[in-house]
This record gives sequence, structure tokens and C-alpha cells, in this order.
Amino acid sequence: MEEITTLTVHELSKKLENKELTSEKIVEAYAKRIEEKEKDVGAFVTVTAQQALEEAKRIDSENIDRENNKYAGIPIGIKDNICTKGVKTTCSSKMLENFVAPYDATVTQKINSEMLPSLGKLNMDEFAMGSSTENSAIKVTHNPWDLNKVPGGSSGGSAAAVAANMVPWALGSDTGGSIREPASFCGVVGLKPTYGLVSRYGLVAFASSLDQIGPITKDVEDSAILLNMIAGHDEMDSTSYDIPKIDYTASLKNDIKGKKIGVPKEFFGEGINEEVKTKLREAIEIYKELGAVVEDCSLDVAEYSLATYYIIACAEASSNLGRFDGIRYGYRAKDFSNLKELFTNSRTEAFGDEVKRRIILGTYVLSSGYYDAYYKKAQKVRTLVKNKFDECFKKYDVLLTPVAPTTAFEIGSKLNNPMEMYLADICTVSINIASVPAISIPCGVDSKGMPIGMQLIGNRFNEETILNVAYAFEQKIEFRENYKPSC
Amino acid sequence: MKISKEELLHIANLSDLKISESEIDKYLENLEDILEYTNVLESASIEELDETIGANDNENVFRKDEIKEFEGRDALLQNAPDLEDDMFRIPKVIN
Repeated sequence: MEEITTLTVHELSKKLENKELTSEKIVEAYAKRIEEKEKDVGAFVTVTAQQALEEAKRIDSENIDRENNKYAGIPIGIKDNICTKGVKTTCSSKMLENFVAPYDATVTQKINSEMLPSLGKLNMDEFAMGSSTENSAIKVTHNPWDLNKVPGGSSGGSAAAVAANMVPWALGSDTGGSIREPASFCGVVGLKPTYGLVSRYGLVAFASSLDQIGPITKDVEDSAILLNMIAGHDEMDSTSYDIPKIDYTASLKNDIKGKKIGVPKEFFGEGINEEVKTKLREAIEIYKELGAVVEDCSLDVAEYSLATYYIIACAEASSNLGRFDGIRYGYRAKDFSNLKELFTNSRTEAFGDEVKRRIILGTYVLSSGYYDAYYKKAQKVRTLVKNKFDECFKKYDVLLTPVAPTTAFEIGSKLNNPMEMYLADICTVSINIASVPAISIPCGVDSKGMPIGMQLIGNRFNEETILNVAYAFEQKIEFRENYKPSC
Repeated sequence: MKISKEELLHIANLSDLKISESEIDKYLENLEDILEYTNVLESASIEELDETIGANDNENVFRKDEIKEFEGRDALLQNAPDLEDDMFRIPKVIN
């Protein structure tokens, strides 16, 4: 039999149904794999494999109706900014190093009700601020394809764990590319749903008008399965939409004849690495062979979006992170002589450099005298970006772009230059600014064998189309069969 | 966009963060880099446009104003750095 941890969730589910495997066997295999690989990859902040094993045994011992609980007993990993009752949620920050959430996030409740035992909490850039997971205060995560390289960020632990077969699938969060860029760097599938499709209740807030939770998986089918589980309206998140339930697996059809794909030329400019462009051009040819209608188009939003993103995201972060005051929860400094010093010392000692930089930038753009010049202008540009996407979607079903300008870079290479690090998000942030969904799927590797991601963008609440278009491509190139990480 | 040292320290104070003397130049350089990048917005045609406030076009979202019991009270209080009789203890505020 193939090694358990290399299987996708839909494959595991079939083996559970045929009684070829038990949940205990599956979780055991993952626990062993984590034990072997964690020292190299560093994907986890907290491992809960032991609890997962107990849970698996319980599920095996009960007579589960497999017809209605197809995935019961298949474990999962959770990004460490999603609250899990009784298990630490650190956001990879010294601020929340010992924080134990007193409640479950809505997505956590949903995966619990699907009976998916959690293998643990996955590393990330502190408070999801970063593109390489190097901003974690807990540990550095390494890319399973080349341990000297970053896994991307901020959901780097989630993507690396899926790529290294340490979890079968994982939840991440995406504010400006934090699911898609690590998925691209690690050769796995990452989906950022439409803003409002998945409840953010219990997700530690970074930039509330941009944050979304989504799946990081081995393939497109698993992505659709996990999206089915987590999508839906929630009265605890007033931004979640009340739309009829969709079965996303129904869109996994190997037929995309006549689908109209736009290729925005601005996303293939000089900042994008040649090897990335070459692979995407090959992907475009494959889409033509598959019967899609592919056309060049214009979507001049990348630079506007990046500038707008860093204004809006930092502004919202400066407000959201105001709650960390050292009083109700989180880190409290030892020395202070009054309340203001308690706040200031606690925050100064517990936040990392990037978090401080963004709080200060956000406070600056919201401060008196600069609000109109930065924040108000950015909010208007956000409308412009949305309008431009709307125009594109009048003509096309899907837009195709790179996920990141390069493949995974060396650990440490961009740490001293924040602006250079921010440019890693140039192809992904506009999607959050416009609230539309996008999926990152691998489309090949570069000359050093590092994965290259392709981004497929859909119109709001049209996840079905991007899943369909992604699925057809995946079936054709069989990336997982042809390329494997070294770790 | 040039930011003065005084302005930076003022913003840090508003943010309840302390910037040490040795960090000031690095912060100024990083912030100016980022703000300079935002100059690309100058060329955006936005005169006629409204601001996008929040991400979706939902009007108001209402729910009944009902009290619901939160069951994790003890677990919640356990996260506090300093408690006295189930109350958060802070330094004296009023002299």
C-alpha cells in the first residue's frame, strides 16, 4: 500500500469507507511523520497528535455513518491565528505565547462537527504580517522542497506541513496573499474564498475588511471538500453572507470548453521572473488545448493595489491590535509605574519589528493631517480596483496570473528590506482589495526544482468556476505525480 | 514623504510603542520607503469615485439585542496576567 501520509483526503476517505484503513492508523502515521520531520521543517507551534489519536480511537469505536460523515477521522492542521478552545492560539507572537482561547472559532466548530481530529497549530508570520513566516516569534519554518528557502507566508506553517505530508490538509488565512503565496512556494493548492463566504469569528483580526479563512490542500478536490465544510453564514460575523449552500465538489468536472480566460498583461511585467512567465505561458497553451478561450486583457491594478493594501491593512491593524494592552490577556511587562507605561512596555516588549512597523504606519496614515492624503485616498482607489475587476468579469469567467513574482527565496534574504518583502505580494493583494476569490495551484517547477504557482481569479461568490478551471488543469498536468518535495 | 524624528516619536506614543534612539533611523527609512511607494496612487483617476468602506455592500446587518450567556468565563479569566477576586488588576489610575 502507498504510504498513508502521501494520500489526499478524498483518497483517505475511500480507504476508510472500504475499511482498508482506520482513523487510528491514519493519525498514527501522521504523528510519526510529524515526529520525524518537525525538526527539519518547523511547521508547528503546538502539536496535539496525542489528543488527535484519542479522538481517532473514539471515532473508530463508534459506528459512524460514513455516508454522511465521509471525512470523519481524517486529521487536519490549523493556522495558529484561529481560535481552538483549550489549545494555545499564539499568532506566533510573544504577545499571545500563553493565550488559551476560551472558545472555538466558527471554522473550528465546523471541523469539529465533521469529526476531523486536529494535529496541532501551525506556524505563521506574527499576527499574519509577512510573506515568508520569518516574522514568527516562535520558530523559522523551512520549505520542504529546499530547506534553505522560505515556505512563503503568512500561512507558511500550513503550506509547509501539507507539502511535507505532516498534515493531510490545513486551514490558513489570507489578508493579502497569505494562503496563495505559501501554497505557490510549497507546491500545494491554496484557496482564498470571496470575502464573506467563510466566517471570521474566532480568527484573530489583522485587517478586518480583507481577512478570509481558506483551505490549503494537496489537490483541488480536497480544496472543494474543505470549502464545503467551512463556508456559510454565521451570525457571529456580520460580514458573512447569507447565500444558499453550494456543493463545491459538483464543479470538479474535467470540462472547460468555451470557458473564457483573461490574461491581464500588467501581471506579466518586468518585475516577474522569466521562468515564472514561461511556465504560465505553457499553462495558457494547455488551457487552449483543453478548449478554453484565452485572451490577453488589461487589468492595471497591481501597483495601485499594493500601495492601497499597505495603507488599509496597516490602518486596520493599528486599530485591531489596540486591544493588546497587557490587561485582560496576553503579555504583561514586569516593570511599569503607571497605566500608560503598562500598555507601552507590554506592547514594546511583546510585539516583533514588523508588527510594530505596521502599527506605526497604520497610526500615521490615520492621524490628523494625513487621513485624507492616505487613508481616504486608498479607500477611493479600492473602489477603482473593484470597478476594474467588475469590468474584466463582464468579459471573462476567470483571470489567470502568477501568484508571486518569484519562486521561494532564501531564508534571510529579504528580512532587512521590508519594501522588497512587500513586493512578494504584488500579484495577490488586489484580489483581497476587490473581495474576489482566487486559487493558487502548482503549474510546474523552475530550473532549481522549486514549484511555480498559477493564480486563477473568479468573480465574487463564483468559487465554482475557479475550482472547475483549476481542476481541469490539474488533471492534465498531474503535478503531484511528476514532482515531489525533497523532504 | 519626509517624516521628522519628532513626528515618528509622536506616532509611536499614540500607538503605545516605544522606539529606542538606536532604532529611529531604521524606522524612518523603512516608513519613508513604504510611503514613497504609495505615491503611485497620485496617478489614479479617483475624483469621481466614492470610498469603499468595508468590503461588501451589505446595508445594515441587524440582530436582536439579546443577552447571551458566555460559558467560558473561567477559561477567559485564566488568561489575565493579574487578577484579584475575578477582577483585572491594574496600576492606580486616579490619584
